[in-house]
Amino acid sequence: MRSLVFASRNRKELLRDPLNLAFGIGFPVVLLLLLSAIQANIPVSLFEISSLSPGVAVFGLSFMSLFSGTLIAKDRTTSFLMRLFASPLTASDFILGYVLPLLPIALAQSAICFVTSLFLGLTINAHVLLAIVVLIPAAVLFISIGLLAGTVFTDKQVGAICGALLTNVAAWLSGTWFDLNLVGGAFKTIAYLLPFAHAVDATRAAIAGDYASIMPHLWWVIGYAAAIAGVAVVVFKKKMSSDSM
Amino acid sequence: MRTAIQTIDLTKKYGEKTAVDAVNLSVQQGELFSLLGVNGAGKTTTIKMLTCLSRPTSGDALLLGNSVVSAPGAVKAITNVSPQETAVARNLSVKENLELVAEVYGSDKATARTKADEMLSAFSLKGVAEDKAKTLSGGMQRRLSIAMALISDPQILFLDEPTLGVDVLARRELWSAIEELKGRVTIVLTTHYMEEAEALSDRIGIMSEGKLKAVGTSAELMSETGTHSLEDAFVALVTEPQVRA
Repeated sequence: MRSLVFASRNRKELLRDPLNLAFGIGFPVVLLLLLSAIQANIPVSLFEISSLSPGVAVFGLSFMSLFSGTLIAKDRTTSFLMRLFASPLTASDFILGYVLPLLPIALAQSAICFVTSLFLGLTINAHVLLAIVVLIPAAVLFISIGLLAGTVFTDKQVGAICGALLTNVAAWLSGTWFDLNLVGGAFKTIAYLLPFAHAVDATRAAIAGDYASIMPHLWWVIGYAAAIAGVAVVVFKKKMSSDSM
Repeated sequence: MRTAIQTIDLTKKYGEKTAVDAVNLSVQQGELFSLLGVNGAGKTTTIKMLTCLSRPTSGDALLLGNSVVSAPGAVKAITNVSPQETAVARNLSVKENLELVAEVYGSDKATARTKADEMLSAFSLKGVAEDKAKTLSGGMQRRLSIAMALISDPQILFLDEPTLGVDVLARRELWSAIEELKGRVTIVLTTHYMEEAEALSDRIGIMSEGKLKAVGTSAELMSETGTHSLEDAFVALVTEPQVRA
């Protein structure tokens, strides 16, 4: 119950920040429109809407790290967390309180991304709903990265790490903006050792209705999400019981 | 009169540095006790241990009989703190901030609303009830911070530098708000303003280099040191080598 009270506060904080709305929802929509316009003039198979929308959906989710990380880091640096640490809230209340409001925001962002894609030619069918479900582990992954970064770094550092570094790494190594096979070699190997390209490929498979190809990619994302969420929870609990929060 | 706070050789070390050194202190119920000291004297660390934000390296403190070491949950239920920074939820309204803390401490929504209304009246915040906390002046944020600490009806209230960085008028307003609480709530206040300690406190504890150098009323401290002002008594106590308390 207390975790829901805290989650409600976090939801309000997130949704009342116009920058969150602009980057979380506006930016992926603008990217879809822009790249679809390019595709209309210079056709590139990678930018066909069935291939592009899963990539942009995963890229959009990378902003969840920035949102969650910034919120937690600001709560730390303004001593708001200190006030709440002196209250009866437990570590579980804090972690659930931060994660719960971000999941529906992430799902809504993915839904808006696909609804926009429908206007750009994506076929309306159950595969779109499946794609949103397939994106849930990626959402958990990015939220967990934010939880970890916000627990360790200041809000300015979170801005640099999650806002600049992570979004770029996630974009370059996801196979959204260029075909990883074209680069090949070590770059492709590294990309497929990380979860971002797998998240895009799993979502593309869901959109294509290629069910057999979903899980081999999704397990990578689930594995990374579980590992980073676990580390984030341990680090948060450790920080909570230390004197350096 | 019942003892509200009893510390027993309360000690906090960070590596080789001793931040709080075997402090033995007793505060009676309903008393307003000030901890006075220069920056780094150990005031905030003492407050952090008494509010279960920091675990003592050795020693213990009993708050209405509850140990900060063995029963932190019970301590948290009967205490609240207004941290040194204003520690408010920036994008929540003044009223929402108050309701949030009330609900975190176990009030249902209707009770939280009623309590928030009471606090808005008591702290002259009705006019800004719907304003976002981040839009308030420093003095108003401090007032909100104290109201947030009081809404849980704590039996012991910790105010860490409650007037730090506010102008003289806002300081006087906060003083009168704190004076209103005297006798009803046990208050431990940290400050490095002599006039604040003198104006508000029943008794004053002077800390220096982690040690509690002396405890008494303002008059007792002046008499003990043969000085004519609290400031002179303070200087005499923090510059002398031996422990007096």
